[in-house]
Amino acid sequence: MTTTVTTAGGTAGPRADRPAPSAPALLRARRWLGRNALRIYGAIAFAYLFTPIAYITVFSFNDGGRSNLVWRGFTLKNWANPCGAPEVCSAVGNSLKIGLTATVIATVLGTMVAFALGRHRFRGRTATNLVLFLPMATPEVVLAASLLTLFLQMAPIGIRLGVTTIVIAHVMFCLSFVVVTVKARIAGLDPRLEQAAADLYATEWQTFRRITLPLVAPGIAGGALLAFSLSFDDFIITNFVSGNVNTFPKFVYVSAQRGIPAQAYVIGAFMFFLALTIVLVADIVRRRRAPK
Amino acid sequence: MAIASVTHTGPAAPPPVPAGRSRSLTPYLLLLPGIAWLTIFFVVPIVTLFGTSLQVPAEGGETGVFVQAFRFANYVDAVTEYWAQFSRSFVYAGIATVLALAIGYPLAYMIAFKAGRLRNLLLVLVVAPFFASFILRTIAWRQILADEGFVVSSLKWLHVIPQTATVTASAVAVVAGITYNFLPFMTLPLYASLERIDPRLLEAGSDLYGNGFTVFRKVTFPLSLPGVVAGTLLTFIPAAGDYVNAALLGRQPGTAMIGNVVESRFFRIVDYPTAASLSFVLMAAILLLVFLYIRKAGTEELV
Repeated sequence: MTTTVTTAGGTAGPRADRPAPSAPALLRARRWLGRNALRIYGAIAFAYLFTPIAYITVFSFNDGGRSNLVWRGFTLKNWANPCGAPEVCSAVGNSLKIGLTATVIATVLGTMVAFALGRHRFRGRTATNLVLFLPMATPEVVLAASLLTLFLQMAPIGIRLGVTTIVIAHVMFCLSFVVVTVKARIAGLDPRLEQAAADLYATEWQTFRRITLPLVAPGIAGGALLAFSLSFDDFIITNFVSGNVNTFPKFVYVSAQRGIPAQAYVIGAFMFFLALTIVLVADIVRRRRAPK
Repeated sequence: MAIASVTHTGPAAPPPVPAGRSRSLTPYLLLLPGIAWLTIFFVVPIVTLFGTSLQVPAEGGETGVFVQAFRFANYVDAVTEYWAQFSRSFVYAGIATVLALAIGYPLAYMIAFKAGRLRNLLLVLVVAPFFASFILRTIAWRQILADEGFVVSSLKWLHVIPQTATVTASAVAVVAGITYNFLPFMTLPLYASLERIDPRLLEAGSDLYGNGFTVFRKVTFPLSLPGVVAGTLLTFIPAAGDYVNAALLGRQPGTAMIGNVVESRFFRIVDYPTAASLSFVLMAAILLLVFLYIRKAGTEELV
């Protein structure tokens, strides 16, 4: 066979092995490109992912008044007073309140379901999995339409669209995501740790409290974080079931017609950098605690 | 109880059950609140939606009052009238899914195999745009690509695009917006399945004289298929039902998707039966596609 065996790290193939004394610089450049093509691609892809974020950040410093469409000069006053546009802050407040409530409920219920699925045998497992899978496989607009029809039919018994209906809807679509996240963590646990605890005369509850729960905690935290970000950023379902209650995404969508105040950009940029900081700090802490 | 009899079948059968817990009611108590929530606020509404989809306007009634008539022809009417929006939704979502796969696969590959110590950081960065509001990011794109914006005017100045061209308010803008917004949904599962691949398998591939491309085609790609399936579903499903991108980036009837129709039937025209039939057809079509796709791709468990 004539195939050349590629040397370690050299993915450039036979061409790289052929001597080309006339243009070593060109060859080196080409090799470098071959080796780093994916990294260059990655840089471009990340630039693409972050283009709107950069725009949002830059325009949060714009002295653009209510519409914020063209650059009118740098100012810090939007950041100094993010409640300068009054509806922005009440909408963010609603979103936070709804997000936190829905996250707590969805995380508790979802974790319980995940433990049932990951630690117990029972009849009706297939049906349970189906009921958990379907909300994830259904487009949001369908969930939204179905909930709204239900709530409208329940209007005679005193159900009004508002914060409660939004929380109900958010728990519903966050629940499955919490279950999936926590279940994955439970499935990855080493069963010997729990056996060891039982061997050391720990009661079932002690084992759960001291061994299982701390080990599953990162999964629960991950599920909660996912639920909160899904809830905080949800627009389609919220728009259907919110009545006249405003949330942050709804506020941005509605004001898109006449121009979005710079304060909304401040909130967007702030949430982005806050989330990034939290995740990075958590990562550093985890690495410090578990040095390899 | 009958559950007790199934508990101790074979030691290897998943999931592992610690001894002593099997006979109890515990699993049912754990399931009860969550599953009850999903039953009341997912299953019941879907049934209600189906009921609504068969209603007709009450005779002589006001707007928004409907009576049950089991009129299955509602479906025929809805699909005939909005066939264009239906097919457009699936075409846009399909193109966006393929684009997201083309952009996301090399990105996930790079993070899994070439990022070294930066791996975790880059993974966080893929998800990070999510936190700066979906709607706000879409509007940012609209502003960036606006006719009077920097990008379009530079491209016109360079004569890359004709002087009369507009980027926003077009099908291209809608598909681009969908692709951008759902790219992380594609990249994450791809990364998860690529990261799980044992590097020794790739080494074995090259030891057996496979060049880079052959190893990729015969080893890496087949092993990443679960990620491809999960990623395409997680992108396609929300994309087909989305109406935000079409509303903010399309802004014309020619780019309206089925979600836009459902929204306007509900809120502007107050025609619940048509909105309900359209939603139901969308859901059924997507579930059918998902089912066929999973069967073809041969991935048994997604959840």
